Amino acid sequence: MTADNLKTPDGNHVPDDVEPGDAVRPGHPVQVSRYTVGARINHWITATSLVLLALSGMALFTPKLFFLTALFGGGQWTRALHPWIGVVLFFSFAGLFLRFWKANLPAREDGTWLARISDVLRGREERLPELGKYNAGQKFVFWGMSALIIVLIASGIVMWDQYFYAFTTIEQKRIAILVHAITAVVIICVWIIHVYAAIWVKGTFGAMTRGKVTGGWAWRHHRKWLRELVGTRKRPASRPGTPAE
Amino acid sequence: MFPPIPNPSVASDAATPRFGEKDVMRRSASEVTPPAQRLTEVAKLIDVTKCIGCKACQAACLEWNNLTEEIGFNHGVYENPMDLTPDTFTLMRFTEWVNPETENLEWLIRKDGCMHCEDPGCLKACPAPGAIVQYSNGIVDFQHDNCIGCGYCIKGCPFNIPRISKVDHTAYKCTLCSDRVAVGQGPACQKACPTQAIVFGTKEEMKGWADFRIKDLKSRGFDKAGLYDPPGVGGTHVMYVLHHADTPSIYAGLPDNPRISPIVDAWKGMTKYVGLAVMGFAAAAGLLHYVVAGPNRVSEEDEENAERLADGTPPPPPPTGQHEGRTP
Repeated sequence: MTADNLKTPDGNHVPDDVEPGDAVRPGHPVQVSRYTVGARINHWITATSLVLLALSGMALFTPKLFFLTALFGGGQWTRALHPWIGVVLFFSFAGLFLRFWKANLPAREDGTWLARISDVLRGREERLPELGKYNAGQKFVFWGMSALIIVLIASGIVMWDQYFYAFTTIEQKRIAILVHAITAVVIICVWIIHVYAAIWVKGTFGAMTRGKVTGGWAWRHHRKWLRELVGTRKRPASRPGTPAE
Repeated sequence: MFPPIPNPSVASDAATPRFGEKDVMRRSASEVTPPAQRLTEVAKLIDVTKCIGCKACQAACLEWNNLTEEIGFNHGVYENPMDLTPDTFTLMRFTEWVNPETENLEWLIRKDGCMHCEDPGCLKACPAPGAIVQYSNGIVDFQHDNCIGCGYCIKGCPFNIPRISKVDHTAYKCTLCSDRVAVGQGPACQKACPTQAIVFGTKEEMKGWADFRIKDLKSRGFDKAGLYDPPGVGGTHVMYVLHHADTPSIYAGLPDNPRISPIVDAWKGMTKYVGLAVMGFAAAAGLLHYVVAGPNRVSEEDEENAERLADGTPPPPPPTGQHEGRTP
């Protein structure tokens, strides 16, 4: 089922930020399904590859962290595995991209959110506009990751001597290594922001573990999305037996 | 005629290496205390003007290092193989060059191989501790047990010398016959050279001999003759006497002014320190924010409002200030 098949009570198309599987389950507290099991598996494959890439990459980035190669079975194994993990990340992230890109398109309230970034950082969400499934920060992480991963895979292939040595000059490979290193530093920073936000905003981890958040979490952080979901649920030919009816 | 290096002594202690681990001056991806006393710097001098292109050096290198080059193809030129390989540490490169002043065709033959830079780019780029070492006599040597096969040395080298083996995935290049030099012998290529186009000794001796050769060349009309000991890499422990020292690049692309690429410098210098600092700062900023702002929790009221919304009873718009940033 795609989002296009869903209709709101008045017959309009569902908004971009409502993804397949997103649903409100009334109760005490209200539960909101945020990620399907497929999306969660896809996310954790990506997350695992990104962490492994960061560890193996940092081992080759600075001698102070070379000891991390022991995690991968030594220097030779680290050198050989790193690019393949990169390939896994690329395709896994491509899956996430296809799932999430629509909900991450810019929205009108993103500008206001960014303008009131100090309220965001102070946790004063009552001063922020009602937000869809993702806020501008999450969208920044999404598009940042997308762009950085493309740069990393492209520069990574240029420096993957085992298979691609003959296709570029040494000077091009030098540039690729420098770009790869700088991009990797930036993506690790984006990753730190992503993980920190999940730690800071309590109740978030459930979204990527059990796939659900509480209604209060959705009300507080993504109220527009919650309203849309409640609206979607209450269509004219609503499923019988839903407690809300 | 340069006095030849005498044959090895048969004395019992003659086989004891004269330098080793204690003489390591630089070690890749490691901090080492340089030895208090530096060994006498050695050098190999390749006099391009005396080379007859016989490839005895190339054969001697294969033989001494127990290497077998793949059987290749005849490409219709003298170079064979066409480039350095993990098994060909040294290669005669042939250039047909028309001297614009004399209109003469000159056949320039250069023995290519590791230059043993005083400031080795390979060693600078190498991420594996101890995979590349530089002895205080100037020899830059690869330690295959520590090599991880990443090929960063190739990017670091200003002369395009190291090659990665597809067999054991480690990098190979000329060792300056460090094993022979350690027991008082010259490199195999030097030993095999029939015209003394290759000579070996201390760096000072080699410079002196080069001066003598350059004077001789100048007296015979090669007024641009000179020594190739490029200062951009701190000088090298393999030097050339060139008849046209003003244009080294005519000798099959010998770099005119080699230096470690600024890109490699930026990657191994600034990027490393700034990168680690930026990542550390990002993590520290997160920690600090958590301490100052505290966790962002969902309140009871948020849950109640969500329940009302789900039940279809419109929740009252919360009055301003009702939500606290930190609700217990």
